[in-house]
Amino acid sequence: MRVAVCIKQVPDTEARLRVSKDGRWIEEEDLRYVVNESDGYALEEALQIAEGSGGEVIVVSLGPQRVQEALRKGLALGAARAVHLVDEAFQGGDAAATARALAAVLQNEDVDLVLTGSQSDDAGWGSTASMLAGHLGWPHAWLVMGVEMEDGTAKVTREMESGMNEVFRMSLPAVIEVQAGINHPRYASLKGIMKAKRKPIDTPTPAELGLDPAQLGAAGSRIEIVDVAFPESGEGAEMIEGDASTVAQTLVDKLQNEARVL
Amino acid sequence: MAENTIYVVLQHRDGKLHRMSREAIAAAQMLAGTIGGSVEAVLLGSNVGDLADQAAGFDLAAVHVADLPVLESYTPGAYVNVLAPVIREASPAFVVFPHTYQSVDLVARLAQEIDAAYVPEVVSFEASGDDLLWRRPVLGGKLQARVRVKGEGTVFLSVQSGAFRADDAAVAPESGGVAITPLAGTDVSSDRELLGVEQVGGDQVDLSKADVVVAVGRGIGKEENLPIVEELAAALGADIGASRPVIDNGWLPRDRQIGSSGQTVAPKLYVAVGISGAIQHLVGMKGAQCVVSINKDPSAPIFTVSKYGIVGDLHEVVPALTEAIQAARG
Ligand SMILES: Cc1cc2nc3c(=O)[nH]c(=O)nc-3n(C[C@H](O)[C@H](O)[C@H](O)COP(=O)(O)OP(=O)(O)OC[C@H]3O[C@@H](n4cnc5c(N)ncnc54)[C@H](O)[C@@H]3O)c2cc1C
Repeated sequence: MRVAVCIKQVPDTEARLRVSKDGRWIEEEDLRYVVNESDGYALEEALQIAEGSGGEVIVVSLGPQRVQEALRKGLALGAARAVHLVDEAFQGGDAAATARALAAVLQNEDVDLVLTGSQSDDAGWGSTASMLAGHLGWPHAWLVMGVEMEDGTAKVTREMESGMNEVFRMSLPAVIEVQAGINHPRYASLKGIMKAKRKPIDTPTPAELGLDPAQLGAAGSRIEIVDVAFPESGEGAEMIEGDASTVAQTLVDKLQNEARVL
Repeated sequence: MAENTIYVVLQHRDGKLHRMSREAIAAAQMLAGTIGGSVEAVLLGSNVGDLADQAAGFDLAAVHVADLPVLESYTPGAYVNVLAPVIREASPAFVVFPHTYQSVDLVARLAQEIDAAYVPEVVSFEASGDDLLWRRPVLGGKLQARVRVKGEGTVFLSVQSGAFRADDAAVAPESGGVAITPLAGTDVSSDRELLGVEQVGGDQVDLSKADVVVAVGRGIGKEENLPIVEELAAALGADIGASRPVIDNGWLPRDRQIGSSGQTVAPKLYVAVGISGAIQHLVGMKGAQCVVSINKDPSAPIFTVSKYGIVGDLHEVVPALTEAIQAARG
């Protein structure tokens, strides 16, 4: 099976965030970026499916130059080649604009399955892959916690609320949006990292994909972020300060005598 | 374009409207108040006459019902087949959905199909000049963004759990009944063959009745660090819970997960250790009476739902707290 996996690079969850000067997003300079959490699980799932069926994995990402690092990671883990939508026209789009660009790439690839994460840890639209499936005219499933290939179909386990899963069969080709926790992602070996350096990364332009730049990136988006802000603390917490033993003492006192929950 | 019409698509389970459907009705009614419009509901299912009557109990201009055997269980294929022509034809200004896992599976696909704009996870909205601004969490809830929709056409919104109050959904005035109209369904077919529904991880630890919960997040760093949290739980006589990444990493079993995909708890005391407070976690614990959070990041959103907050390194604070509790309890 040929499997494509779409990944995105996002700020490390550990990063200390600052609002950018124009107020519309975060300060990106000096930020550490990582592969989006659920996308990492999608990559592992793609590798396992390809290995199980003697196929190969293509890893695709839309984003600026820095995203090459994420693609190299995918190649080091075992993907055969990568596609990087790095052209300026692709950048800064909403889910619909990004889906349009990814669809143009995947229409040219002869794949049986597209895997993605369920939701990105930055903008978090949770929509891109379902929209991509619409462009391809393939079935899709969001929040997938299990995939098994059976006689040219996929048996899929999908998470529902409150600790329940739903199991169903869908036809291929399909777009499957993986939820974090579906597997245990592997680490890259030194050999893998060395080999990845020689694997190709294609960088098609909008024109090469037959796309009109006006339909892409920020220009092609209907959703626009006006500003971002830290949540208002409002009636937030009473903060207890001091060294560890002082705060512990104060807290225990408050839990006993003020909140009366101890 | 029906400038003033707002549709709300209702979700239901076991013959009852989902709580979040009532929240979505409340949101749609509030939006109608802002733009001066009216709200019509759409209900899909099989043998849903009773549900249509429940829906007609709310202050709505109409309830549209697609009642077909193929809609017995949700599948995105059949739902898109029914909803796409209806929405295209009526061309409402907005379509409001509850932000459930079912809606997220459906709404983006439906938006792509009819070229609608989609703003997911709305927690509030406000008018700003001629625009409406939609507030939603970004970056794992660490920041809130306000977004605007450009251009013409229907806008889809899904409203996050708890953002609007189900009790605020206005009921129908006694006098006039709300019209229930059937939707024709032609060429409706499912794109999934359902095989079953299963409980995750079999036998569950039931945390819903726990009095005290100590919940541990990714901030713990690694599995080997868990004992300090277990010692705190022992001192408090608490059950241990966790945020999703702790479970995904295999550090604790799946039945310890608290949040929208896991268990919902409402203890007297909830101690959150190294948890940032993403919305999917908050929905599982915001019913707690007293939340204490320990986090090294002073702007972590968990502090907004906490009674007491401690900014500090959990490796120092947690053992000190365990000691203080042991001392207090003698
Ligand atoms: C559809 C869907 C369903 C989901 N369902 C759930 C669910 O049911 N439950 C759930 O929990 N999540 C769920 N999630 C994931 C959720 O979005 C968050 O990713 C998750 O809750 C984050 O967990 P966390 O707070 O432990 O990790 P992080 O967000 O990484 O936060 C770790 C925190 O630890 C702090 N920290 C780090 N080191 C220290 C230290 N030494 N001392 C003190 N503090 C420290 C950091 O400041 C940070 O605030 C779901 C996501 C999706 C998309």
